[in-house]
Amino acid sequence: MAETLIAGVGATDFGEHAGRTGRELFAEARSSALEASGVSGSDVDALYYGNYMGETAEEQSHQAPLMAAGIGTTNLEATRIENACASGGYAIADGVRAIESGAADVVLVGGAERMTNLETGETTAALARAADELHEGRPGLTFPGAYALLADAYMDRFGGSRDALAHIAVKNHANAATNPKAQFQSEIDVADVLEAPTVADPLGLLDACPITDGAAAAVLVSRAYAERNDLEAAVSIAGSGRGTDTLALQAREDVTRMRAAESAADAAYDQAGIAPEDVDVAEVHDCFTIAEVLALEALGFYEPGEAITAAADGETTADGERPVNLSGGLKAKGHPVATGVGQLVELTKLLAGTHPNADAVADAEVGVTHNAGGTVATAAVHVLEVDS
Amino acid sequence: MSVERVLQADYDSWLDALEEGDGYYLRTDGEATIPPLVTGDADLERVPLARTGTVDSKTVIRVPHPDFGEDAPYVVALASFGPVTLTGQVTGIDPEAVETGLEVEPTVLESGTDAERFVGFTPVDGQEVTDE
Repeated sequence: MAETLIAGVGATDFGEHAGRTGRELFAEARSSALEASGVSGSDVDALYYGNYMGETAEEQSHQAPLMAAGIGTTNLEATRIENACASGGYAIADGVRAIESGAADVVLVGGAERMTNLETGETTAALARAADELHEGRPGLTFPGAYALLADAYMDRFGGSRDALAHIAVKNHANAATNPKAQFQSEIDVADVLEAPTVADPLGLLDACPITDGAAAAVLVSRAYAERNDLEAAVSIAGSGRGTDTLALQAREDVTRMRAAESAADAAYDQAGIAPEDVDVAEVHDCFTIAEVLALEALGFYEPGEAITAAADGETTADGERPVNLSGGLKAKGHPVATGVGQLVELTKLLAGTHPNADAVADAEVGVTHNAGGTVATAAVHVLEVDS
Repeated sequence: MSVERVLQADYDSWLDALEEGDGYYLRTDGEATIPPLVTGDADLERVPLARTGTVDSKTVIRVPHPDFGEDAPYVVALASFGPVTLTGQVTGIDPEAVETGLEVEPTVLESGTDAERFVGFTPVDGQEVTDE
């Protein structure tokens, strides 16, 4: 039986929050998570907080104490975690580890990011810093460019079309259309994706996630704490895994395999005692359409080269066998870089039956979140289960 | 040669060698790699880099990194040179004409904005490509 329970979750709307600061956003997410949990802020033993680009966006490093202020206690450990786009997933993983080691009974995990206050060029430069500066930054490889290299290599090796990728964007927009937290609550079609301006061949503007402000938080508690305090927690974290790969793509033996995510998934499944086929629903890191393909293969849902048609074939749509990114994903829900906790918030609600799209997975027992940093040089995978 | 450190100089001297046509990679414990490198006490062998490589993956970047704002569209590619792969900008060819399998020679380029050097690729002469 899983030791870590999700007592409450909260998030801001994802999108543009002009004039608001990261600390305002996080305070909103943190307050709604604590309120939903029924846990007093004074009981929080530790805060693990993911943030990637605070220095660039708000000229603010050392954000953990800032985000802990006002929580209701000064007697807590507060730590900021930076692993590019996987910062949030790693915050969750540290929270789970703190509880399972017995070091903490109550942990607040979260993430926040301000992005839309920067010019596009500044954001492009900030995101490019998640790649290897020497080998990739200097030749001018952008973040979309890096994923474009992966898409090109994948399609060269396995086939697949831009049309198949476009179906992923269409699916995730359709899911976001009924999610009030999402940045894009509008449907698109395949033609929209194919006709959008190209950012880095073969990826176009609608293959890419947007630039997003937002924050998310979750209160994790030990089972013992929940029992002592009569807390109701519908969902537990049964498995937590992390993995690492080379930062530079050029050092990888096969750029179509995301080894960091494979390792993270293996560890998380192992801990939860499940296999890929046991997973009913997943929130995966679709910063680009090709990223969802690579995620589904790394998670073991598909063999290498076979996930590219999953959305087009209706296997991962809301009415499919295993819905993926019912929240709208990073693609349409939005992607404030420290996005991993946002995935946890959405999946918890989906499994608890409190998400507007929960009817699509009414019988789901097991869900997975997959959060990736950079070109999946870091990855965190979590297995969530309905707690019986 | 035993290396227990990572120095910018390792990469700079590697670029110097590449620029002079004496490109190399390092082999340690059977693994081939490009500097900079931390290896502990393992023996390092310096092996000449193949004179030409092959484009494995490429993209035409149309929304540029701000350091290359004037240069868009430009191509970044992964090209394999035997056991090692390099990342570089492909020049001397129409961006649209860069295909997987294109045979390239390594070169060293410099960005206009900050004068930092980086790897470039140019097509080997005699291939059927459109010149810029």
